[in-house]
Amino acid sequence: MELNAAKRISVILAERQDEIVAQWNDIVRQNLRGRLTKGELAQQITELYGALRAALDGGGLTADAPAAAELAGLLTDLSANRARQGFTVSETAISVFAVKNAVYTVGGGEDLLSKADFAEFSLFVDQLGLQTVEAYMATRDGLIAEQTQQLMELSTPVVKLWDGVVAVPLIGTLDSARSQIVMERLLEALVETGSPYAILDITGVPAVDTQVAQHILKTVVAAQLMGAQCVISGIRPQIAQTIVSLGIEFGDIVTKANLADALQYVLRAGGVEMVRRTPKSAI
Amino acid sequence: MDRVPVLPLGDVLLVSIQVDLEDQLALRLQEDLAEKIVATGVHGVIIDITALDIVDSFVGRMLATIASVSRVLDAETVVVGMRPAVAITLVELGLPLRGIRTALNVELGLRMLREARPEAPVEELEPDDTTAAA
Repeated sequence: MELNAAKRISVILAERQDEIVAQWNDIVRQNLRGRLTKGELAQQITELYGALRAALDGGGLTADAPAAAELAGLLTDLSANRARQGFTVSETAISVFAVKNAVYTVGGGEDLLSKADFAEFSLFVDQLGLQTVEAYMATRDGLIAEQTQQLMELSTPVVKLWDGVVAVPLIGTLDSARSQIVMERLLEALVETGSPYAILDITGVPAVDTQVAQHILKTVVAAQLMGAQCVISGIRPQIAQTIVSLGIEFGDIVTKANLADALQYVLRAGGVEMVRRTPKSAI
Repeated sequence: MDRVPVLPLGDVLLVSIQVDLEDQLALRLQEDLAEKIVATGVHGVIIDITALDIVDSFVGRMLATIASVSRVLDAETVVVGMRPAVAITLVELGLPLRGIRTALNVELGLRMLREARPEAPVEELEPDDTTAAA
């Protein structure tokens, strides 16, 4: 029975190819509002149409039959591309669902297509639509994960300030994952450069709660364990007040108000003497 | 049986731990080191743990014991070359290794020992004035 329905629909798809493809094109194009070129869209739909017919001929009306593999592959590519190009999920799904509309408009009016057949075809297209949405979501999730990674890399540079002094300007909220990366980067930089001093600058950290403080403290203690001294700088007035009211103890860890003070402190500690020369004309 | 070599290097003893320390090895190292300190009369010990992947509470305690024993014999101990992963694990475990001084590498460790003992005699080579701590 199902095979018969697939065959009957396949015949209609073969006979009325031009009309259905044109109709399909129209519906999708209206929806995408010209964000995809006419040629590109027509090519995608022709490809899909071919694969759809092959699937119907080979495997009937089941979306996970082997004959539908090519169709599934095409749909996955299509939705991945749409996701990257910034189309919404419904704009992507409509590209698939529109085929129902097109087949119904072309086939239904002239009694070529029985209601039962159309219902089965409709279920089949629904399955395809679900596949499309899943592929779209998978691509989006991949993009988000990629961007999170890039953000992490962007926001945790370790810079060398002086011979034997490295600094980490922290920017943005610190969570466990980020602070872990910061800690690893900093410690590795200490080993690589053989720097006995490190400065953690938290000017760019919007808020310090107990958890963030905990992460910072862990980093400082780990650096001390390895034999480097770590200074915290860039503590803004509000943050200093928060730290005190939360009862966070920084113990014997050196804290400075800004990076310049921290650098000066560290250079002194490292035995560097600084001299300011007053030009003669100023005397 | 294996031993951890204890190498005299000028005014310090250098111990480079290259294998996992089990009980016997650690005990033998403590004995060897105490004997060497007395025999050579050095005032500093550098323990290099660059090769150690894992530092657990046992190794931590052993390092602390060595440091205490050396201090009794008037020698400062510096542990050098701790890997970032090891430091992170120790912090996560809450083992702060009290009583142990650390430095990033052997060179900085030597410098730390020198600075800790400014009264140590400095050997001067006569014609040019390059100085070297003996």
